[in-house]
Amino acid sequence: MTNGWVGGRKVRNHLTGHLFLIGAVLCFAFFAWYPMVRGIVMSFQRTRRGVTTWVGWDNYERIIDDPSFWTAWKNTLYFTVLALVVGYAVPFFVAILFNELRHAKGYLRALVYLPVMLPPASTLFLFKFYVYDPSDAGLFNAILKALHLPTSQWMQSPAMTVPAMVLASTWMNMGGAVLIYLAALQNIPGELYEAAELDGAGVWRRILHVTIPQTKLILSLMAMLQIVATMQLFIEPLILANGAGSQDSATSVVYLIYQHGFFQNDLNGAAALGVLMLVVLAGFSAVYLRLTARPE
Amino acid sequence: MTRTLISQSQLRRGRGRFLYWTLLALVLGVFSLAFIGPLYWMVTGALKSGQEIAQTPPTLFPADPQPQNYSDAWYRLNLAKLLFNTFYYAVGAVVFQLVLDTAAAYALSKLRPIFGNVILGLMLATLMIPAMVLIVPQYVTAIDLNLLDSPFAIWLPAVANAFNIFLLKRFFDSIPEDLLAAATMDGAGPVRTLWSIVLPISRPILGVVSIFAVTAVWKDFLWPKLVMPSPETRTVSVGIYAFAGGTPMNVVVAAAVIAAIPTVIFFLIFQKNIMSGLTAGSLKG
Repeated sequence: MTNGWVGGRKVRNHLTGHLFLIGAVLCFAFFAWYPMVRGIVMSFQRTRRGVTTWVGWDNYERIIDDPSFWTAWKNTLYFTVLALVVGYAVPFFVAILFNELRHAKGYLRALVYLPVMLPPASTLFLFKFYVYDPSDAGLFNAILKALHLPTSQWMQSPAMTVPAMVLASTWMNMGGAVLIYLAALQNIPGELYEAAELDGAGVWRRILHVTIPQTKLILSLMAMLQIVATMQLFIEPLILANGAGSQDSATSVVYLIYQHGFFQNDLNGAAALGVLMLVVLAGFSAVYLRLTARPE
Repeated sequence: MTRTLISQSQLRRGRGRFLYWTLLALVLGVFSLAFIGPLYWMVTGALKSGQEIAQTPPTLFPADPQPQNYSDAWYRLNLAKLLFNTFYYAVGAVVFQLVLDTAAAYALSKLRPIFGNVILGLMLATLMIPAMVLIVPQYVTAIDLNLLDSPFAIWLPAVANAFNIFLLKRFFDSIPEDLLAAATMDGAGPVRTLWSIVLPISRPILGVVSIFAVTAVWKDFLWPKLVMPSPETRTVSVGIYAFAGGTPMNVVVAAAVIAAIPTVIFFLIFQKNIMSGLTAGSLKG
């Protein structure tokens, strides 16, 4: 083998390599990398009647002046926090429970994952019309009434709007988290439980001192992923609450982006709000990395 | 089976055994009710008349089933066309992702061209950017490329999926180099090596990527709503939403049931692959 041959082969390999890459790279360029830059550029421009001018911080000022701006952030953060409390703890304990059962495991797994497969629009119409029906004909009110508990106006009540959205969203999304936690639980060495039991630790102490520390990595990763996902709250308010909900109680940040971009002919304002959202989420990620990178 | 929180022997003894079976029955009952219950309510509710659905207390079985709610939904919303569109977009997305993402992952894993790692890094960086943040500039780009109402508006952005590339690349990384070297010795070029050696071994991961691609297109809402503005090109979820305002409630829910049926069938067929793919994709890595 001569050196020249190897060199020629290398160049050819680089070329073929790039040929193999080109399709995906172009798709990333047009639909991920370029929009990223363009979103930032757009947020400092204004396009009116086909003429684009630089306007500095105008779009940001206009979007912050929107009467729904702070409400949208408040609702989105409330949703995120509540979804974290409910939608985060519930799948973990469901996974622990399923992991202890020796029967019907496949059935239970399929059961919790089934809603994840359904189109969210279908699920949300079910919740909107049949579950959260504010009259006593709705599923929840019928159950509450049968139990002699006070019924609720659900989506018609500003105080119940976000909790009701969290409930629907948890029902339709928790399956993925349950399966991921189940896989993590199966990786915990049985000897750890054995040792804890010999030390006299009860079930709760074993969860606290074995299960949680052993799954800490995946738990904290899922927390981050869930925060990013729930901050993008959109389809729940759109379908369950017709967008804004009663007294603006459902308006989310992404819904506001949608409103500005596609109904108020303000794509630049919408882009500015998108950039703000990116900054906030980047802030969350930075805090997350700080917290998790702490040396043990 | 390995030991879990509670030991096997404890569950076999008298009291533990009783508790276990009670708990199992309780869990099965509660979870079946919580997850099948709403779906039962949906399917049967859409069979009720407008009068019966407003009745209190609600009936458990439809007293006077109205199957015409379903046929109404089918014809009024033109569900055949909407389902066909969604199916067409989903299949196309699978094909585009399988061809372009597989080729890219193979290049990044085995051909390793110059700057390959930079490209991989830039691709993985997009995982950090929440999809909704990019929706406006992506939409403007789709307009500039004249993609509105074109299936490419769904297929091309679907390729820009860093998670798929990551999954595929990691799988290809695990294929021994010797195997490929042997093929090269026999005079096979990169295309032939990919086609006759790498792809046959990679069937499980290709299955996982395909399943994720189909589900993602079927579930997506805002992007198809924006880039498919004409009634003829809508996906089924967007079509139902567009009709929801002026259509009786039961007919809307009947349409929502029909839109969900393909996903349920898909789930029942590919359940094993979905479950294993989900955990494979999220844990080891």
